[in-house]
Amino acid sequence: MLNLETRRLVLWHFWIAFIAFFLALLLGEWQMYIRSPLRDWIGNPELYYRSVTAHGSAMGYVFPTLVAMGFGYAIVELALKQKLIGRRWAWTGFWLVVVGTVTAMIPVSMGLASVLYTFYPPLIGNAFYYIGVVLVVVGSWIWVALMSVNLHAWKKANPGATVPLAMFANVAGAYLWAWTSLGAAIEILFMILPVALGFRNTIDAGLARVFFSWTLHAIVYFWLMPAYIAFYTLVPRAIGGRLYSDTMARLSFILFLVFSMPIGIHHLFQDPQVGSGVKFLHAVFTGMVSIPTLLTIFTITASVEIAGRLRGGTGALGWVKRLPWHNPMMLAVAFSFILLGFGGAGGLINMSYQLDFAVHNTQWITGHFHLIFGGAIVIMYFAVAYDLWPHLTGRALKNGRAMRWQLWLWFFGMIVLTFPWHVVGILGMPRRMAYFDYSNPAIAPQAITVIVTFIGGLLLVVSGLLFLLVLARGHRSELATVPTFSFSVPVHMPARQPAALNSFGLWLALMIGLSVVNYGYPISQLIGLPQTSVPAVPIGSQP
Amino acid sequence: MSDEKLWSLKNRWVTGSIAILLAIGLLAAAVGFIWLPRAHADENLAASLWESICRAAGVPARYDSPPLGAQAGASNVIVTAQMMAPADSAAIGRGATLAMRCTMCHGARGMSPAGSPHLAGQPAAATYKQLRDFKSGHRASAIMAPLMNELSDQDMRDLAAYYAYLPRERMSQETTEAVPRLVRNGDPMRNIGACASCHTVEVLKPASPWLDGLPESYLHQQLTAFRHGERRNDLNGQMRNAARGLTDAEVTALARYYASR
Repeated sequence: MLNLETRRLVLWHFWIAFIAFFLALLLGEWQMYIRSPLRDWIGNPELYYRSVTAHGSAMGYVFPTLVAMGFGYAIVELALKQKLIGRRWAWTGFWLVVVGTVTAMIPVSMGLASVLYTFYPPLIGNAFYYIGVVLVVVGSWIWVALMSVNLHAWKKANPGATVPLAMFANVAGAYLWAWTSLGAAIEILFMILPVALGFRNTIDAGLARVFFSWTLHAIVYFWLMPAYIAFYTLVPRAIGGRLYSDTMARLSFILFLVFSMPIGIHHLFQDPQVGSGVKFLHAVFTGMVSIPTLLTIFTITASVEIAGRLRGGTGALGWVKRLPWHNPMMLAVAFSFILLGFGGAGGLINMSYQLDFAVHNTQWITGHFHLIFGGAIVIMYFAVAYDLWPHLTGRALKNGRAMRWQLWLWFFGMIVLTFPWHVVGILGMPRRMAYFDYSNPAIAPQAITVIVTFIGGLLLVVSGLLFLLVLARGHRSELATVPTFSFSVPVHMPARQPAALNSFGLWLALMIGLSVVNYGYPISQLIGLPQTSVPAVPIGSQP
Repeated sequence: MSDEKLWSLKNRWVTGSIAILLAIGLLAAAVGFIWLPRAHADENLAASLWESICRAAGVPARYDSPPLGAQAGASNVIVTAQMMAPADSAAIGRGATLAMRCTMCHGARGMSPAGSPHLAGQPAAATYKQLRDFKSGHRASAIMAPLMNELSDQDMRDLAAYYAYLPRERMSQETTEAVPRLVRNGDPMRNIGACASCHTVEVLKPASPWLDGLPESYLHQQLTAFRHGERRNDLNGQMRNAARGLTDAEVTALARYYASR
């Protein structure tokens, strides 16, 4: 059971996360609108990039970080069944994230930092934007430390016992984030901020991009962690089944820990400052990171099949019909897998050195990451919120119909949004475009796809609004006795897990070792190269 | 209570995971750093194993460009007073279209602050001759040579006609500097002719450009190249002969004078 104080903590995390999410969602839809043929061009591309920066920063840094933090605090109490240690620190972390978000968003909304959330040096925006992002990250580092502290306290109190899967996965996500956020932190603190504060006026853009790639890929796996924790520990229980294998789940999470970070250079396939051999190495390890996802799809599908058969389903596919399709969690996991399937297939294309040439920097990429993050991951955030809400509010969460509508709208809207992007991406439509000249005969036939993505976005906005309404109404329904929270139970729980699957030492060592192998040479070589800095390009009027 | 030790060679999780990771890493490195670069290596370059590893790792190598301007002789353009047909508007229009690709360096109207020479108002013969020399390799430029590859003789004539048609604008401040003696009279004792005898707008010598207002860095660079014999596309070595006797200070002063006009 959740302590009353912890409930408040988690609710604050979730509400700020979802409000940031909704505002960013509105901005995204506005971007779709103003560049579609549905209205005249606004005339100023800077407004568009201002919006993209706010949309990306809120969706990429604020929303998933707060969800992971809130969910992590809940897991400590629900899985370890111990009081959260360091609640005051947790509030400090929360306020750092909030203050950081406001600090970053003020210069962005004033048009002083339209550099997009991936920074893109040599573009340099207002220093407060970067300082805000650093505050958000520092806030999340407090969470990382608290997860580690709570796990160690539990291990001390329960020597030799197997760490509950939810907590094991949660801490894996925390360690992954700590290590991967280092790249962007180095980039901001040592490369961008000195320029933004006026101490220097040149920047080594190539090296900065390499440091950002350190963060850029694994950050997605940090976003993914709450979704995967939900797959393994919430879905089988919620639909009345069993988890097919606890060991497989642990394996997936440690594989993420080892492989998801030292592969980021596949974002730099078209960058000249990194050698082709290094790129190939990263492509191979990017291929390796599909293994934990494939393991997960197998394990969860097997777990769902168990639920279907327990409910009386028979035959090769008869169990599918018997699944509890009215259950939001069931819908969410099905939708998430479909979107993950399309997004993952696209991802395998992006990671192939040669195929990437065709789609690099096109709308295809925008489609890909919206499918994975906006689709597969965020739909599970919804499911997590629906599942936890009664335990956070102490009130029943009704409105099953509204929840189903919300999930259907999100699923359908995301497909309508992203599929046209994939098509025009192959046709060569570049991403990050503020404006399309529809009077150009070469572009005119693609205008319809921009209208379609606008309609997809509209469905997403309706779904997002519905989501907030369901949660808000959850606060006003009558108090109910909520059953004790439980995580899913595996079919077969091994009496003892091997030490390697019950601790992180080995995997952290491999993660760091592999990072040194894969990033050591490119980074040290670029640091050593003379004359690689270029003049910074200030964005917005500088103070 | 688990008494299993994690960090031990007997723990198969430790040895196994390290071995698998090493195997994947070594295999990937062998393919990425040895096999693929060897397979893709230009046979003429015959890179050694170590060279292909370095190349795949992204070690910057010295760029050996094919020799530029190795053509024998000064130029194969025959310069006469009648070498250019009188400009007609069709030729100028075609030239304007072709000139779209020149605007990045030479400006939208043939004048640019980029340090590249101004083309607006230059005699058509002067522009045409330089284009021909870039194409044939008599004048060396890693930037201009590839741009000339697909231009026909008529294209080059049209480009020259277009630039001759553009009005010459003033980009520098009016100067009150006295005309240097070298420009006015040259230095007969050193066998240096007067610059003004060819490079004056009113003189209209075929194929000799006017220099007024050209970027100082460009003038300095070209005069130095003539002086050291690195640029050799001047007819009968006219420019090389004139520049050979100049001192560093004179080169600087001349470049500054013409740039400020």
